Amino acid sequence: MSYFGDIFGGIRSLLTGMKITGGYFFPSIIGRKYTITRQYPEEPAVVAERFKGEVVMWHNENNEHRCTGCQACEIACPNGTIEIIWDRVLNEETGKKVKVIDKHIYHLGMCTMCNLCIQACPTNAIMWSTNFHNATFDRSQLTKVLNHPGSKLMTGVEE
Amino acid sequence: MEQVIYNSADLKSQEYFINMGPQHPAAHGVLRLILTMDGEMVKNIEPDLGYIHRSIEKQCEHEGYKQIIHLTDRLDYLSSHMNNEAVALAIEQAMQIEVPERVKVIRTIMGELTRIASHLLWWGVMGMDVGALTTFMYAFRDREMINDIMEETCGARLTMSYSTPGGVMFDLHPNFVNRVKEFIPHLRSVIPKYDELLTGNIIFQKRMKNVGFLSAQDAISLGASGPVARGSGVSCDRRIIEPYSALSKVDFKEILYQEGDNLARYNVRMKEMYESLHIIEQLIDNIPDDGIQAKTKALIKLPKGEFLQRVETARGDFGVYIVSDGKKNPYRVKFRSPGFSNLNTLMEIGKNQLLGDLIAISATMDFVIPDIDR
Repeated sequence: MSYFGDIFGGIRSLLTGMKITGGYFFPSIIGRKYTITRQYPEEPAVVAERFKGEVVMWHNENNEHRCTGCQACEIACPNGTIEIIWDRVLNEETGKKVKVIDKHIYHLGMCTMCNLCIQACPTNAIMWSTNFHNATFDRSQLTKVLNHPGSKLMTGVEE
Repeated sequence: MEQVIYNSADLKSQEYFINMGPQHPAAHGVLRLILTMDGEMVKNIEPDLGYIHRSIEKQCEHEGYKQIIHLTDRLDYLSSHMNNEAVALAIEQAMQIEVPERVKVIRTIMGELTRIASHLLWWGVMGMDVGALTTFMYAFRDREMINDIMEETCGARLTMSYSTPGGVMFDLHPNFVNRVKEFIPHLRSVIPKYDELLTGNIIFQKRMKNVGFLSAQDAISLGASGPVARGSGVSCDRRIIEPYSALSKVDFKEILYQEGDNLARYNVRMKEMYESLHIIEQLIDNIPDDGIQAKTKALIKLPKGEFLQRVETARGDFGVYIVSDGKKNPYRVKFRSPGFSNLNTLMEIGKNQLLGDLIAISATMDFVIPDIDR
């Protein structure tokens, strides 16, 4: 008796499961009611504004940035993602030697998106971009120079 | 002609061993189990670890205290927020700083959301392990809502690095409260459907009931914690024993099942999701507004001494033990991960079970391999 009882129990639990899945399946194929998937490359992905995609350096229209080369981000970084190559250049107006960055190098392949560099930056020079299309064919392309070529320090920004 | 009659006791079968993993589709990650088999019966289990060892404890000795936190995301990535919180609490305890009330509430809400997300993922993968593929899709649909909430506030979906010593990284997003309030009734409406779909299913019941028995005695002596121990009736919830953050202000109960089989461990996690929702409901309406960061120095130095902080992650008792010699980086950091002790119990209860049942047992253990193998 329990043999047949098991068979009927099995069919009943199968139908109960089918009721749930069918409840989602039929409205979805007729009216796309419960469909939550997006056709990604055709439809753009929705990314939150705080999304930590990659670190970028902000430049204004005159190709000026806010990085003074204080290396606070380099010290704060847990795994050596950021390297700054800098030099002291004579400022002709004041007659003092001022720290000027040559290259702000960012190894995207090593970055763990922990936010410590951006928290450490005293002049808000670097910030997050929500860009996540970071796949490349070559690992060397993941090493980026954040300051644009020929860029200068914005006037009025000091350490 | 003389007829030879074989007695079944005389027939000797040969024991052999097979490797389950490290790249096995039914194992959750790179866990290698060396199984000694007799036919279909598992006679002995020997886990072989080291395939995802990244020496995180050693790395911590070279990092500053703020920088340790992002490494703990990578231990048990499904309960990353609780891991962050554990380290942050340990550092705060050592420095004797009092964090604002808002931080405590935010940490607790985030922790419980992460716990729900982890249990949802476990439920989906658990169904898949025993042969029900639909559960995976449904669980990921609902987990996606939590991931979106996390992405909006923390900026990341899985490895959040949200707690810092003395506070949290960002303030809550303006949408946060509304989205959490939308999510709570949604999850309350879908969990009964989950139960109807999987828990009541007769095939599932037969694979779960009276399989993989773990006695309370074994659970204690092997150091099991979290839902694995609570399925055997061992009360071990760190949130109740020593409440941290805002957990002392909320009212919830510990889920205990006495059976100790697969179904008990399954039920503990399903009921825990309701409890987590209950905790969030109590806190979400009145989040205090007194800042998100206590005053700390830019370079954190802990006083000399040893500091221990334990929290309850989705898998069990997670401990952080810091030995400091007064410098800017720790002398030694030890993480007590719940998965490692729970793996011990698998060695005990997987013996003399069928190979197919071993998959179901390891599914109810809810392993995350980077947590076992730091």
